Amino acid sequence: MQDTHEPKNKGKTSSNMAHSGTVSAEPALKIEGLRKVYASRDGKEGKGHEALKGVSLTVHAGEFFALLGPNGAGKSTLIGILSGLVVKTGGTAEVCGVDMDAHPEKAKSFIGLVPQEFNLNWFETSLQIVVNQAGYYGISTKDVLPRAEQLLKDLGLWEKRNDQSRTLSGGMKRRLMIARALIHEPKVLLLDEPTAGVDVELRREMWEFLRELNASGTTIILTTHYLEEAEQLCREVAIINHGEIIKKGTVKSLLTNINFVTLLLDTTAPVSTAEMTLLRDYPLTKVDDTTLELKLAPGQTVNDSIRKLSAVGVQIANIRNTGSRLEEVFINLIEKK
Amino acid sequence: MALSNSLNSTMTTHRAPIVIGFLTMVRKETVRIFRIWSQTLLPPVVTTTLYFAIFGTFIGSQIAKIDGFSYILFIVPGLVMMAVITSSYSNVVSTFFGAKMQRYLEELLVSPLPNWVVIFGFVSGGVIRSLLVAVLVLLVALFFTHLVIFNLAIIFAAAFLTSILFSLAGLVNGIYAKSFDAINIVPTFVLTPLTYLGGVFYSVDRLPPFFRELSLLNPILYMVNAFRYGFLGISDVSLRTSFIVMVVLICVLLALALWLFQKGNGLKS
Ligand SMILES: Nc1ncnc2c1ncn2[C@@H]1O[C@H](COP(=O)(O)OP(=O)(O)O)[C@@H](O)[C@H]1O
Ligand SMILES: [Mg+2]
Repeated sequence: MQDTHEPKNKGKTSSNMAHSGTVSAEPALKIEGLRKVYASRDGKEGKGHEALKGVSLTVHAGEFFALLGPNGAGKSTLIGILSGLVVKTGGTAEVCGVDMDAHPEKAKSFIGLVPQEFNLNWFETSLQIVVNQAGYYGISTKDVLPRAEQLLKDLGLWEKRNDQSRTLSGGMKRRLMIARALIHEPKVLLLDEPTAGVDVELRREMWEFLRELNASGTTIILTTHYLEEAEQLCREVAIINHGEIIKKGTVKSLLTNINFVTLLLDTTAPVSTAEMTLLRDYPLTKVDDTTLELKLAPGQTVNDSIRKLSAVGVQIANIRNTGSRLEEVFINLIEKK
Repeated sequence: MALSNSLNSTMTTHRAPIVIGFLTMVRKETVRIFRIWSQTLLPPVVTTTLYFAIFGTFIGSQIAKIDGFSYILFIVPGLVMMAVITSSYSNVVSTFFGAKMQRYLEELLVSPLPNWVVIFGFVSGGVIRSLLVAVLVLLVALFFTHLVIFNLAIIFAAAFLTSILFSLAGLVNGIYAKSFDAINIVPTFVLTPLTYLGGVFYSVDRLPPFFRELSLLNPILYMVNAFRYGFLGISDVSLRTSFIVMVVLICVLLALALWLFQKGNGLKS
């Protein structure tokens, strides 16, 4: 599968209004043939589980990139290798042009990680956690305090600065992990399922925060199994399943490649068999008495079908989208396998 | 949750993380030691007070002098060393295991801190705690006896090296440990017996030859004797051998810890 790297003029080619960051040609992340075989859980050699089967991916600096895939696809494994928590079996990875094997410490200094599982010290306070993390990156407390205060304020945690992390709610813990990941101003922020378990309103606020962060120059790579999230935030997407990238490109290119758009039509009265016979040339199927499914192939328009429906006397009360359009690409791709 | 502009002003002070990183770990460990002082500093003080009272005062008064020193003077260095060994070991094994279980060890593993700095960061906690405990226990000893000091540098060197050694041992135990039980096995079945048999309460010179030779295989004997030499100027073994034993063991454990970190065994998947 070829990479779709058309020239990028400041994100203007993007179909996605959400993406406003500046994308440059320099890769923030370049991985080639990345493999991971987990030793089987009983510790026996040989029959390990291959979680990544040679993944190659390039993410340009300034990009807002989504790694999309169902549970168990290998997303966390990939993020783990990039952040130094998982030992890779094979392949190479470069962060901002620095090879992870040759200069692990330098490569790590470019990365900020928000892991999928909470990994906060229960007994440390929010402020201690971010200040200590800065220390591990060589930033002294004196230098970091203003930034720590700003970050905790921006993430709505300043009031909780002296509270032990174990007393925080799930959403707060997640935001504290974001603050901690950003404290050393990483060039690349890795977010592993950042909005899992976060309520809808908070999720939107978090999206807004991430958009602004990306607009100000931070490359963001997030994993998700929520399509809406990828569609809302990202310009580039890679779809991963069973340890393999099965599709990558811009959200726009994925959507134009889509085979069908499916709409649900609610009718005001039950549709008769006679009426269905008259409609047989149209891509309509009956879901139940008052619901029709309209499956449009590329080139077909909604107008044609609606006109015909009116002509035979079927009144449409409501048109519903069956869900995210990206979702259809996703299901399509995964089912093809 | 708006992002402030000031946030992205580039910070000018990105120095090498080694010094600041290490000092951050030291601060974190010290804060912990004082936060839970009733678990970290108090127990060894209570235990050794009992030892001083029972073995030193009640029983010791009926025991003949050893090399011209009263029995309580003879056992004080050994009991301090015992506290140093337990404190350093249990501090590091529990902070490391806690970091692993609560997963915040990942904070260090994702950071650019080299492995050896992380190792010494954990070790620093054990060293600080056991040296604090040593001072406290010596202060308590003053209630039971006067103290004789033969050579302060040897006292300090022996305590310092022993605390590093057992901090590293605790770290290795913490890396391998998969459950809370696994962090108690070594202290109970290895450390305590070896310490009791390591010449804390008696001079191995007075043992029958077979048991004397056997005792010489116990590394703790060398640490206790080096430490006692610093106070009383007497030792069952040569001071030189004692320090060689400590340095060699430190090197071996450090190499093992570095190797485990490098491979990611028990730390990474
Ligand atoms: N530590 C581990 N040991 C063995 N297998 C693992 C381990 N971690 C993950 N796996 C397996 O690897 C596959 C990918 O997992 P993961 O990367 O967590 O997927 P995702 O984050 O996409 O849900 C899964 O089949 C999972 O069971
Ligand atoms: Mg995952």
